[in-house]
Amino acid sequence: MPSLLSIRHPLASTAEQHAMLERLAVPEFDHTLERHGLARLETLPIEVLQINVGKLCNQTCAHCHVDAGPDRTESMTRDTAERVIEALRRHPIPKLDITGGAPELNPSFRYLVEEARALGRHVIDRCNLTVLLIRSQADLAEFLARHRVEIVASLPSFRSAGTNAQRGDGVFEKSIEALRRLNALGYGREPGLSLSLVHNPVGAFLPGNQASLERDYRRELMSRHGVAFNNLYTMTNMPISRFLEFLERSGNLERYLDLLVASFNPGAVAGVMCRTHLSIGWDGTLYDCDFNQMLDLPVGNGGPRTLGDLLAWGTDLRRTIVTARHCYGCTAGAGSSCGGTVAD
Amino acid sequence: MGKNRGELWTKFMDYYSAVFADGALTEREKSLIALAVAHTVQCPYCIDAYTKASLEKGADLDQMTEAVHVANAIRGGSSLVHGVQMRNVATRLGM
Repeated sequence: MPSLLSIRHPLASTAEQHAMLERLAVPEFDHTLERHGLARLETLPIEVLQINVGKLCNQTCAHCHVDAGPDRTESMTRDTAERVIEALRRHPIPKLDITGGAPELNPSFRYLVEEARALGRHVIDRCNLTVLLIRSQADLAEFLARHRVEIVASLPSFRSAGTNAQRGDGVFEKSIEALRRLNALGYGREPGLSLSLVHNPVGAFLPGNQASLERDYRRELMSRHGVAFNNLYTMTNMPISRFLEFLERSGNLERYLDLLVASFNPGAVAGVMCRTHLSIGWDGTLYDCDFNQMLDLPVGNGGPRTLGDLLAWGTDLRRTIVTARHCYGCTAGAGSSCGGTVAD
Repeated sequence: MGKNRGELWTKFMDYYSAVFADGALTEREKSLIALAVAHTVQCPYCIDAYTKASLEKGADLDQMTEAVHVANAIRGGSSLVHGVQMRNVATRLGM
């Protein structure tokens, strides 16, 4: 499957994505907060610096909000990576969360891991698993284990059909091989080698109960494949980029947005990840979250806007979050974040 | 149905929620059972509801199809087994 950009699909344009969402009869997110007596979203102390090092990926998943793929070339340079590390040095943010694309394919990935770990920071690699089997990445799993990098890996189903429908033919089988390799290194089995899996719905519906799904995953992956892991995180698919294109093409767009709005959970608002995250794009632009990044909605409302600003900024990173209609994806049902659900 | 004798409705809904909560069986397994039963009782609303619930709880189309076949096997099997009654009557009456 090619990226939307490579086939010149109209939805490769973020302006077109915004226009499509705004044409729907969906109330503005901030109005919904107000209607529930909730204030606009404000940041808390930043706990996670999440960097998206680029759109290059060895997979082209059907739900990808990044429109990543082998044909994408946007990639963080070494100079920008060095400034990320400098920003970490100046700001006491405890976690560096590296995502993409397949972040490991960025030439500066290992530099970022080594330097962040040398600064004593916790590092998370958002891994698609199959990248561990690429010939050029033969030593990647050992590298990650050596640096005690937490791995958060996508596996939408504990069965082949669902995983391959979302992530491509043969991805499930390769993912199991990669998980076994990680288990053999101690991931998912030993303290300090955390391996978590991410479940995204394979279609236009919300994820089920996280704890219940985790039980199913744990039993099925162990009994059928001998695979162990630490946690399962459920994540709602966001109406952005390729998942937005799927919704439109399959006739599910309006119904899915209505579902997100109808499932708005005021109890999930306080825990949304943008309040404790700061997101950096491959070119050094700052965003409130990775989803805003993919919709070209940079930090506004008084925060630093670029990596250069961040380096010159004091320690006060408080700001009001930039919101739009996609934000309903993080407040539907039990809520959704890079760490799974955020409410009961 | 809750407009009269609302306490009965409330009790039923509390029970219903408790039945489908994670227990010795996971929510996904209970949804698949409900889906099979929905086909047995041929309730179109239940089929819609538990198709959606099964997907949300992580089941896929192969598993859901197998669940419907289980319902079908039990229904078909029970018809077939009642053939014993037919055979008994026929044997008693026949020469």
